[in-house]
Amino acid sequence: MASIAGALRRPTSPTGLWRWMTTVDHKKIGVLYGVSSFLFFLFGGLEALIMRVQLARAGHDIVSPEVFSQLFTMHALTMIFLGVMPLSAAFFNLMVPLMIGARDVAFPRLNAFSYWVFLFGAIVLQSGWLLGGSPNVGWFAYAPLTSSSFSPGNGMEFYIVGLGILGISSVAAALNFIVTIINMRAPGMSLMRMPVFIWMTLITSFLLITAFPVITVGLIELYFDRTFGMNFFNSAAGADVVLWQHLFWVFGHPEVYILILPAMGIVSEVLPTFSRKPLFGYPVVVLSGITIGFMGWAVWSHHMFTVGLGPIANSVFAITTMSIAVPTAVKIFNWIATMWGGSISLKTPMLFAIGFIAMFVIGGLSGVMHSVAPADAQQQDTYFVVAHLHYVLFGGSIFAIFSGIYYWFPKASGRMLNDRIGQINFWLVTIGFNLAFFPMHFLGLDGMPRRQYTYQSEMGWDLWNLVSTTGSLILAIGILVFLHNFFRSLRHGEIAGNDPWDGRTLEWSISSPPPEYNFATIPTVHGRDAFWEEKYGHDGMNVPASVEASNATEEGHHGIHMPSPSYMPMIAAIGLSVAGYGLIYHFAASVVGACITLVAIFGWAMEPPAEPTE
Amino acid sequence: MVTFWVAAFIFVTVGIGLIYTVIRFRRKPGQGIPKQVHGSTKLEIGWTIVPIIILGALAIPTVMTEFYISEPPAGDQLTINVVAHQWWWEIEYPESGVITANELHVPVGTTINVEMTSNDVIHSFWVPKLAGKMDIFPGKTTSLWFRADEVDEYFGQCAEFCGESHVWMKFRVLAEPISEFEAWQQKQLADAAKPTTPEETQGASTFVAKGCIACHTISGVLGAAGVIGPNLTHMGGRGTIAAGTMEMNQDNLREWLSDPNEVKPGNIMANSPMSLAYTNPNFALTAEDINNLVAFLHSLK
Repeated sequence: MASIAGALRRPTSPTGLWRWMTTVDHKKIGVLYGVSSFLFFLFGGLEALIMRVQLARAGHDIVSPEVFSQLFTMHALTMIFLGVMPLSAAFFNLMVPLMIGARDVAFPRLNAFSYWVFLFGAIVLQSGWLLGGSPNVGWFAYAPLTSSSFSPGNGMEFYIVGLGILGISSVAAALNFIVTIINMRAPGMSLMRMPVFIWMTLITSFLLITAFPVITVGLIELYFDRTFGMNFFNSAAGADVVLWQHLFWVFGHPEVYILILPAMGIVSEVLPTFSRKPLFGYPVVVLSGITIGFMGWAVWSHHMFTVGLGPIANSVFAITTMSIAVPTAVKIFNWIATMWGGSISLKTPMLFAIGFIAMFVIGGLSGVMHSVAPADAQQQDTYFVVAHLHYVLFGGSIFAIFSGIYYWFPKASGRMLNDRIGQINFWLVTIGFNLAFFPMHFLGLDGMPRRQYTYQSEMGWDLWNLVSTTGSLILAIGILVFLHNFFRSLRHGEIAGNDPWDGRTLEWSISSPPPEYNFATIPTVHGRDAFWEEKYGHDGMNVPASVEASNATEEGHHGIHMPSPSYMPMIAAIGLSVAGYGLIYHFAASVVGACITLVAIFGWAMEPPAEPTE
Repeated sequence: MVTFWVAAFIFVTVGIGLIYTVIRFRRKPGQGIPKQVHGSTKLEIGWTIVPIIILGALAIPTVMTEFYISEPPAGDQLTINVVAHQWWWEIEYPESGVITANELHVPVGTTINVEMTSNDVIHSFWVPKLAGKMDIFPGKTTSLWFRADEVDEYFGQCAEFCGESHVWMKFRVLAEPISEFEAWQQKQLADAAKPTTPEETQGASTFVAKGCIACHTISGVLGAAGVIGPNLTHMGGRGTIAAGTMEMNQDNLREWLSDPNEVKPGNIMANSPMSLAYTNPNFALTAEDINNLVAFLHSLK
């Protein structure tokens, strides 16, 4: 037993690359998530730029139709699964324990495992570019275009295995956050005292663990069709190919809310802080979030209004879709009411949050236009949808993510992002974004279909396409300005201090960056906006009491026992990706990969607990 | 359209509210902590009910229209069968037996009932000015109806991504006075025009000798009874080549026959082993072959 324990000794090296590879600290994992997903976000943006350059003029042939198909497929997959989702996960990781007054997540090693599985799954998904071609059937991958006769080669396998592995990561992370949020809140933080961002994380996590199994079923069926000649989606053998569409969108629509709810959470934190007022209608905002989460399951067929499901099904899904606009509208009114009567400071995080509201209103309204099923029969599969979804996912999610980055960067790094560059960043992104995507409304209403690698000049689509491409380049410059700001501020940024924004939630009560153990003493919570009340008393009536009473004093490391690093999560994740490649190339590799994962899980279970520091 | 104006109105209202709020309540130097307002039940109820009313009003015409478009109105109808292929449209008039491709001739003012199925992957039938789109599936039939009230040429295209040359899967609806439509049908039922010049005659034999007949039908040409590709009996009379990709004329025909993969990437004529003229070196078309074929096909009015 002693020898096993010896072989399983946990890594102790506190520095260098190895420290990042073995870390189980939620803050470091959050940084890993953030950095890797931002790199993927840039890559997805590059794919989009190539497409925009291709479409700048009629008949441009910068890339072949085959490559163009791969580009629009991978752009969507990259942005959704490797960009927005893990960027949200970065915030979950960085902020959830800090905001609920915990020292880490419930399962720190599982958390590391989620990250490494995400990274290796992402590599599997992207490796098609180097290994003979990425998937080229659109991210929705409608059968039977995905069958081995219409999509020979391994492109679809990268899609199936990549998304399958990413699903494992998402489900593991979601379970972790559910347990963390339910069990590890600081004393006094009842559910209705949780910051709204925590609520949205919780709802998103439930959506993740319920939505991903559905797509996984579809992926496995598709894999069986392609590899073992089964007939789940083979219409020649009597299958109804619409089955895939149901499976995909039953997953795909909750997925939309997985992408937007964290954004709503971020905005619900930023707006009160920079208005110096509590969130207006907190219980209603929370309830709206829950309603949106539930209703997200009842609207999937609005992606299928042209499938011919019949007038009854179309009417029902039109009405459920319209009704989801109600909680969304309620949220927007509450956000505006939060600012009303406040003392608004237009720092960069606030600009992006206000930008979010404006852009999201446009995306939401064009969404309502889609819910009118007969009108959607015209809009479906045109650039109008492209405009709509980018107003929701970029104008919505990405704006909120930028807001969150500017807001929490000081907490994570200890330095402020430069506000002046931030303002330039915001305006370039906002102008570029609107120039790039607003004209797509016109193109769509004028009948320009999506997913066409070129168009003919006589269609009259040249002007707006050129405007759109110009906008996308301005947008790209805006992103470069952000990168400049990021790297500059990392080294030369103003020192943030504990509470640069006069924050309202617990993360601002501790130092920036927080110590490894977050809270020297676990705080006791007496109300919503716990830290604000600690500073100003209830409703701002009291003079600041003993601010930072508990945590300002350095209590040292005594008696705080943090989990030690472990290399098992990463090894288990490597095993999964080896097994995944085995499913694509040779089952022997799957056996090897599965063995690696099993051994790592065994090692994980047997690892001796770390020695207490003292 | 009403939805659009409602949406535009809401956007302007909310937008003005947002901008006004930001300007009015912008922090002033030395300002203290604002009143900590937590919410208002009355407001919450109000701004929950208002969207419900607006959306409810929107739902009624939505459902009514949905039912209206789902069934063709009673009365005179013409049924047209459409089979979608990667990447062209096979069009059949079951009442008269006419088979053509990529052009729907329809009598003006008549309700047209389109019955659709797919030969391979999912496609979508869309003539923006005549009706919303309807997807087309292998292994089942979907339908839609429309009525063209004016004599005109209506542009149509496939609206569901269906592979590499999805963009080149276009078609046209030609709405004609009923007499013209009848005349057109009669002409379509006739055999192909006999070749008159030596080039056309040569072209007809090339069409047989180089294996084009494996996939294409030209009624009146012995052996030309293939059903994989479009029926070419009256090809020269159509307005476009390769499913709306190019205008029908001799130069474009030459371009198409010289390098079909350049015009329409991935199409089976350029890539399938069945297509001897393009994939088997022993059957490769010479420049002279192409000239003759162009003359022949173009003469098939």
